[in-house]
Amino acid sequence: MKRIDVLRVLLDLAVKMEGVIISNLGFPSRELYHIGDRAENFYMLGSMGLASSIALGLAVSVPGRRVIALEGDGSILMNLGSLATAANIAPPNLTILIVDNEAHSSTGFQPTFTAGVTDLEAIARGAGIPDAVTVFDEKELRSRLEDAIKSERVSVIVAKTEKSWENAPVIDLDPVTIKNRFMQAVRSGLEG
Amino acid sequence: MLEKREDVIDRSIVDALIEGGIDFVCSLPCNMLAGIIETIEQERRITHIPVTREEEGVGIAAGAHLGGKKPALIIQNSGFGNSINALLSLTRLYRMPLLILMSHRGGDRNEQIAAQNPMDEAIIPLLEALKIRYCCISRRAEIGSIREAAVDAMTQSEIRAVLLEGELWDEED
Repeated sequence: MKRIDVLRVLLDLAVKMEGVIISNLGFPSRELYHIGDRAENFYMLGSMGLASSIALGLAVSVPGRRVIALEGDGSILMNLGSLATAANIAPPNLTILIVDNEAHSSTGFQPTFTAGVTDLEAIARGAGIPDAVTVFDEKELRSRLEDAIKSERVSVIVAKTEKSWENAPVIDLDPVTIKNRFMQAVRSGLEG
Repeated sequence: MLEKREDVIDRSIVDALIEGGIDFVCSLPCNMLAGIIETIEQERRITHIPVTREEEGVGIAAGAHLGGKKPALIIQNSGFGNSINALLSLTRLYRMPLLILMSHRGGDRNEQIAAQNPMDEAIIPLLEALKIRYCCISRRAEIGSIREAAVDAMTQSEIRAVLLEGELWDEED
């Protein structure tokens, strides 16, 4: 399974279930923008490691919206405390999807510690999130992710992928435009 | 029963936050902030999220803003250093509002912890280098500035910092 396959499943389910996505910077955001730009995608351009934190703040603030954080193994390893916070605050509308290719793919595939002995699902469980699972193929991903987005519990899905990247263009949106259209989409989703 | 002076100060700081529109707070503790954080925890008008690290609080506050909240971060000045990249590449880049209320540790205020002193020396030059507008509160009469800083941060979509000086709690009646 490639990262772009994970993103296609994510986008398909997010559109169907009216979920909003907070996307980690670099190639994950670029690929997501490439396959299906929409106002409900918030593309991070900096602040690596904070996708789950932004998603948590949003999920707590708009309980009527399903919120999905799109993380990588490198980014979640920068902010493992966010899993403890997510476990304890436990917004029922929060799903954390971690694309784990065991490398920093946006900077040349330098290995992360998930290539070694580190297990992100076990870390999530240890942080206090029992709804944590690792998936290895698209079919399992689709079924688990759909359940996670629907469920009334905070969930973590670790999707193991190949070391792949698409030749996706740089996001040519102004940061303030990304924010404004996202906020408007969040608001209109609540009214609708 | 007469309220303790410290409690009155903590309450008026929280009231100033609320009057400034703040309805969402991420916090990390400090001795100086203990009463403020306890007051916020009991305050129904504010959603309070204790966080594991200051940078995480910047991210959560950004998410709260995306959801229409008016966020503040309550931290020690020592922890400000943990949040700088996120303040610039998230909060400022996307023009998001954030009020940062910091206890100002170190200096000559009978600081018991030597590790607080280097950041005490650096905090004002750091804020200036980052072009974050700030004010220092050392007297009760100045607590109203917290409301103004909050209003400015929220209406201008900027980061504003407020440093709470130790003298604030030492001031004689």
